[in-house]
Amino acid sequence: MNILLILVPVSLLLAALGLIAFLWTLRNRQYDDLDGDAWRILMDDEVRGDKKPQR
Amino acid sequence: MNAQTAMACPGCAALPVMENAAVQAGGTILSLPGIHCALCISQVERTLSALPGVRDARVNLSRKRVRVDAPGIAPQVLIDTLAQAGHAAQELDTATMMAVETDAAGRALLTRIAVAGFAMMNVMLFSVAVWSGAADSTRILFHWISAGIAVPALLFSAQVFFSAAWAALRVGRLNMDVPISLAIILACAMSIYETAMGSTHVYFDAALSLTFFLLLGRYLDHRMRVAARSAAQELAALELPRAVRVRDGVGETVALAALRLGDLIHVAASMRLPVDGRVTEGHSQTDRSLVTGESLPASVAPGDILSAGEVNLHAPLLIEATAIGEDTTLRRMAALVETAEQSRNRYTALADRAAAIYAPAVHLLALLAFIGWYVATGEVARSLNIAIAVLIITCPCALGLAVPAVMTAASGRLFRAGLLVKNATALERLAEVDTVIFDKTGTLTQGRATANLSCFGQDALAVLAALAGQSAHPVSRAIMAVVPTGTLPARLTDVLEIPGKGIQASWNGQRVRLGRGDWVGGTPVSPALRIREDAPLEIAVDETLRSGATEAIDILTQDGFALHLMSGDAPAPVARIAQTLGIRQHTAQMRPEDKQAQIAALTDAGARVLMIGDGLNDTGALAQAHASISPACALDASRAASDIVLLGPSLAAIPDAIATARSARARVLENFAIAAGYNMIAIPVALSGMATPLAAAIAMSLSSLTVLFNALRLR
Repeated sequence: MNILLILVPVSLLLAALGLIAFLWTLRNRQYDDLDGDAWRILMDDEVRGDKKPQR
Repeated sequence: MNAQTAMACPGCAALPVMENAAVQAGGTILSLPGIHCALCISQVERTLSALPGVRDARVNLSRKRVRVDAPGIAPQVLIDTLAQAGHAAQELDTATMMAVETDAAGRALLTRIAVAGFAMMNVMLFSVAVWSGAADSTRILFHWISAGIAVPALLFSAQVFFSAAWAALRVGRLNMDVPISLAIILACAMSIYETAMGSTHVYFDAALSLTFFLLLGRYLDHRMRVAARSAAQELAALELPRAVRVRDGVGETVALAALRLGDLIHVAASMRLPVDGRVTEGHSQTDRSLVTGESLPASVAPGDILSAGEVNLHAPLLIEATAIGEDTTLRRMAALVETAEQSRNRYTALADRAAAIYAPAVHLLALLAFIGWYVATGEVARSLNIAIAVLIITCPCALGLAVPAVMTAASGRLFRAGLLVKNATALERLAEVDTVIFDKTGTLTQGRATANLSCFGQDALAVLAALAGQSAHPVSRAIMAVVPTGTLPARLTDVLEIPGKGIQASWNGQRVRLGRGDWVGGTPVSPALRIREDAPLEIAVDETLRSGATEAIDILTQDGFALHLMSGDAPAPVARIAQTLGIRQHTAQMRPEDKQAQIAALTDAGARVLMIGDGLNDTGALAQAHASISPACALDASRAASDIVLLGPSLAAIPDAIATARSARARVLENFAIAAGYNMIAIPVALSGMATPLAAAIAMSLSSLTVLFNALRLR
């Protein structure tokens, strides 16, 4: 059962990574415009080639 | 349930407000009601980015807005540029919009949901191990790890419920949050105790899934309220953030906040007055419909007092500010409307009615379980254990989801059909409606009639344009719409508007009249223009029915609604429209107060009235009715004083809306039944002391999921 000592922390860490990733997307305002972003992936030309959107 | 308390909770306020630099920097926010696709996004962004000095432009399609980072560029320039590219835009006041834009409370709730969800999944995995046979030291280890995850997660996520429950208890009330908080705290405390004692049963996963699902319901509820409030905020934000101040004869555009009492302000024609003020220069007419509900424009001369919100119709005015900011009539009115809307909120939402029955019952049941088991066995620990199991199992997890999930699905469906639901309880009220009252002009008929001016000469046109331009009557507006551009209005003096008849003036010393056919001396059928005592020139005016009006009326009649047509217009056109559409009851020449009084009388007689009228002059009637719908263009949506705004042109969406509201209500009741059904099975199990944490977790998750899926059937 000693394997638990490794597996439990590892699984918790992985899950925590998922949580942190979600909180990051939330902070990064990625859920503010779901409709717009759905369309944006279809736009083939980057409007501001050199100027990256400053979000 | 109570989202206001959830938002006001200290935890949310204490959460770091997650802003990025661009938001804090502000920038300009423009409302773009017309955009709908990828092409619009790239057009708008490209057009704006091409302007020198624009650093960034980002469209938000969901909110139909664009945020422009362009220091030093006047918003009007941006609006004009967009207009050239074919996009109507309007400026929104950044400061007012900021609260809605960032929606810190919503994101705080999402963070809590994420934490609760993360903890729930992990603890459940440990539970799976325990339930599939982990024993002795492994089980105890797993329980401790679960506790280590669950306790901090609960402390953080469930704060929403704790503070709402505390707020209710402090004023001696009992709301849904009390049993929820009690269940979470007791489950957590008992589980820690059991873990320390090394026993088999812990409730960490039940406490966490309870929190998770309830937060989900809370979030859906919050989203709906934000949508409603965002519309209200847009109302405030649409009020011109700036004005033209005149100093020493030079006009300068300044922010509204910078105005002082006594400043002179230039108000161009067709602009809304930004402040209350006294006219110092200029003669014009103002449209006071937003402020007083008067549908006829009032003429103004130097010395007259005007209030913010009036629209200057013709000539530029110079006014001296007598009240600014929060003191203006418009702001005070907005406060009044708010109060009126709160009085409408006397309507108790279904969820609250359910909670009022449910919350005391749960506590009573748990208490009885404790007393019963204590009397029977004499073991305090065991009795407490069972009482807590009862509390957890009966906890209104599904109830918390039952209403918001359905209402979110229904609002989404209506939005796709072109209806914007502005009030949280609007759908519930709409479902109860049995009488439908229509306004005529602007609702059943399109505000603009079409007039035929082909037989008018140059002079006649000039006089016509001048006369019609003096009046805001729909017919005058229809005439103005078809007067060829470039027609110079004739110079008129002694303009006199005679309500219900027409308008007369002198032109080069001769009497000219525009009005009802019989008043100017022609046939009573159509309005006419008479110059001197020449033969009256008839103007063929047709009121065009709004699309879908016939279908909507047919369906509503078939479905057995009592229909009324109430109009301020003359009997003849009202009767004609009523006959065309097949509405049997119609009343003409009603003033706004009459409509309101009649609706009050109907309500007293037991009818549930749905008022369908355009937002401005029917405000009183809309507020008086049990539920209300107004047709409006997207820019005016927030101004309309109704629960629901019809954004599309067709009235055919209205029977659908009522049908959707009714099925939403049916769905909510079904959800209550499902939740109650689960409880009926689970409570005897819990009372008999056989409820394991596994049973609790299954009952809770299953009932929540069933309720969610049942709600989704509405889409």
